[in-house]
Amino acid sequence: MSTAQSTTEMIGLELVRSPTSPRDFKGKVTPDWCKGCGDFGVLNALQRAVFQLGIKPHEILAVSGIGCSSNLPGFFNAYGMHTLHGRSLPVATGAKLGNHQLNVIVTGGDGDGYGIGGNHLMHTARRNIDLTYLVMNNQIYGLTTGQVSPTSRTDMKTKSTPFGNLELPINPLTSAIMNGATYVARGYSADVKHLTELIKNGIEHKGFSLIDIFSPCVTFNHDQDFVFFKPRIRKLEDEGHDPSDWKAGCEKAMAWGDEIYIGLFHENDRPSIDSLEPVLADGIPLARRPLGLSSEQGSKLVSRMM
Amino acid sequence: MSASGLDLTIAIGGAAGQGIATPGNILARLFGRRGLHLYAYNAYQSIIRGGHILLTVRIRDEEVHSHGDGIDLLLCLNQDTMDRHLEILGPGSRVVYNSDTIQPAEVPDGVLLCPMPVSELMGDSKNKLIQNTISLGVMMSLMSVDFSVLQEALELLFGRKGSAVVEENVAMARAGYDYGDASFESFPVPLPEGDKPLAMWTGNSALAMGGAAAGVKFYAAYPMSPSTGVLHWMAQNARDLGIMVRQVEDEIGVANMVIGAAHVGCRAMCATSGGGFALMTEAVGAAAMMEIPAVFINVMRAGPSTGVPTKTEQGDLWQALGASQGDFERFIVAPKNSLDAYNTVAELFNLVDRAQCPGIIISDLLISEGTFSVDPDLIDLHPAIDRGALLVDPSPDGNYLRYANTESGISPRVPPGYEGFVHVVATDEHDEDGVIISDEFTHPHKRRTSVEKRARKLEGVSADVLPPTLEGPQDAQVTLVGWGSTYGVIREAIEMLSEQGVVANHLAIKWIVPFHGEAVDEILSSAKRVLIVENNYSGQFARYLRSETGFSANGHIRKYDGEPFMPHHIVEGVLDLLQSRAAIYVPDQEIIV
Repeated sequence: MSTAQSTTEMIGLELVRSPTSPRDFKGKVTPDWCKGCGDFGVLNALQRAVFQLGIKPHEILAVSGIGCSSNLPGFFNAYGMHTLHGRSLPVATGAKLGNHQLNVIVTGGDGDGYGIGGNHLMHTARRNIDLTYLVMNNQIYGLTTGQVSPTSRTDMKTKSTPFGNLELPINPLTSAIMNGATYVARGYSADVKHLTELIKNGIEHKGFSLIDIFSPCVTFNHDQDFVFFKPRIRKLEDEGHDPSDWKAGCEKAMAWGDEIYIGLFHENDRPSIDSLEPVLADGIPLARRPLGLSSEQGSKLVSRMM
Repeated sequence: MSASGLDLTIAIGGAAGQGIATPGNILARLFGRRGLHLYAYNAYQSIIRGGHILLTVRIRDEEVHSHGDGIDLLLCLNQDTMDRHLEILGPGSRVVYNSDTIQPAEVPDGVLLCPMPVSELMGDSKNKLIQNTISLGVMMSLMSVDFSVLQEALELLFGRKGSAVVEENVAMARAGYDYGDASFESFPVPLPEGDKPLAMWTGNSALAMGGAAAGVKFYAAYPMSPSTGVLHWMAQNARDLGIMVRQVEDEIGVANMVIGAAHVGCRAMCATSGGGFALMTEAVGAAAMMEIPAVFINVMRAGPSTGVPTKTEQGDLWQALGASQGDFERFIVAPKNSLDAYNTVAELFNLVDRAQCPGIIISDLLISEGTFSVDPDLIDLHPAIDRGALLVDPSPDGNYLRYANTESGISPRVPPGYEGFVHVVATDEHDEDGVIISDEFTHPHKRRTSVEKRARKLEGVSADVLPPTLEGPQDAQVTLVGWGSTYGVIREAIEMLSEQGVVANHLAIKWIVPFHGEAVDEILSSAKRVLIVENNYSGQFARYLRSETGFSANGHIRKYDGEPFMPHHIVEGVLDLLQSRAAIYVPDQEIIV
């Protein structure tokens, strides 16, 4: 088996220059989101963030589930996996553990991540694997044309709750904090500059980063739209919030009314599973290691069977 | 008949918590070191304390293919064992039991009772499990094995626990041995010695070790009987072998993690049972669509639903065939025994790497949880590894297409992390470059091209999988067809039939997909009478055979009570069906466990 290096040399490929602007992170496909969709701001912020961090496209794996926002990897110049509905986190976990040198960024929506994939969020948080998870939270199911989501507010009328939602919305931030995520933030897609900083810090953070992003659906959610958010958004950094104080972080995350906070709610330096795992200790990604058993390993296994 | 004629089946019965595993392990180790072949089946229940466990250990001095037909030496650790099994023992068999606490009811003719006065023999010992050690001594004397052999095995097993424990156990075993020697008639054939020591493993450890040898670097699982042994082996050896092992929140997570690790270039595997496999199946289709090679193991137990977690069945064939929506490419293979299971893992990894698709191994409780001897020289520790078109010859024009529409259908694969080959894979239908053709613009011609490209891969690679062949005389009176784990028991049944003057041959099916319909049809069409043997109610394989070949068998031998076939079940089934011409024979399970 040849290595990538020799493959590249063999066929004389050297396609990639270092990115010179965020535009170099534009993908093959033009986004098919609705005009004015909040997700454009998220894609824009992500492209700026990786550019500013000096990461090259081949060093990134963007993993998504299914939904409008999960189409993002196709619009982003990096390795990508557009996986099953709700399953981006386990796929990303496997990919990160298989090659822990990759910057693995996970993108998706509130239905994908907090609904069908909710179980994985809890466990990915406690596992504290070094992923950066961007959830474009629009409080609605957009791709299926407007049903209630796990973050839709109580009483909200949607196609599947025509008489109003009876259920309480999930709070992804307090859930993530309580379950052990080590970088928990919220952004707003209309504030690209602020969101870019959150994403940069999330990528640089060694552990599981959840960045929940208000990314309004202009087509199916007329309840929580830009008009709703604009006057309410407050930045935690302006409030003097201390991100190491997880209890204060939870309180701020619960605020929902005239003031709704964005920024970094909680961060701590608990080691990530990929840094704790002895199997990765020698630094070489699992995917690049020789296959099979050494003679010594083989005879040891057999001797224990005797 | 073997060299010395040794064919001895020992059964140890008691309740969960009575420590059956320890004498079982000592016996297996002792017999293996002596070079004797062993096939052990443990009948148990989903309970931590109580219930009835019966560990059946059959030994021969030649290969042994099933747990046999009866019990020659029964060790009763409780009254319940005596009550359940005494009546089925035949002449010449021996029953060892603690006469302080256990009494036999009506003793069948010719059965030799070997009561042990345990409280007298144990003296001052307060160890409640010491009756197990005493009975090992008695059993060794019955088999005319020199005491030093047992002493050595006890020292090995209890060595870690310190000299006091070793001394107590050796002394108690000695007391049992001497008592047995003085009081009971030993078996007429003393326990022979084989040519060389044999290794012992379970089918689950064979599957796990097969993965390690094949280069598995990532293993994920959610515990589920009877597949959990694979997880335990992997977890135990992970650090030595450099394998990432993760216990995940559910089987959906398991399968998707495996896909993530496989996509970045690891050989990745997972094992579960039917219920867990049901949760994995959406991911199986995702692996096929994204063209990511990965191996999924389903260790079958009796279903449906939670079913009977500790009992065996071959009931998940159609689940494997129907695992995930849509038409897609995958291999499905049912190994026939533990060594075959070991070899199958590397073989399947090579196929799925070459065809860039998922592969499914169907095992069952009988193979996976059974303990078997294996000649260590037959374990290929360094199987051939063929990763297919991984990191070789990507598109030379500099425009890398992950799903290049090649003649073979195989598109050279470059995992994430390499410069110059950036691409996106998708579970949506996609074009050669990975761009999805499912949302904004669907395209019938591109869709057809993609479907056909993936199909060509499997056709090409499948050509290297050999068709099954007929074992035994061509012109046999009856042809027995089985799949997977029934291989051994059918083989033994055929030997027994031949002793009764019935000439039978055997078509053992291992590969479900690719299924060699033409070859199978040719063999069966020229057979005189075809009977299908399978461990399920509805004849899942018979139905599959008919769907693939149009061939309908003459009769069926089916068992679906949770217990595996014993050879005489099949012999009686063949004799009955040959005479009665009935369609189906269902044997009665005499040993109630």
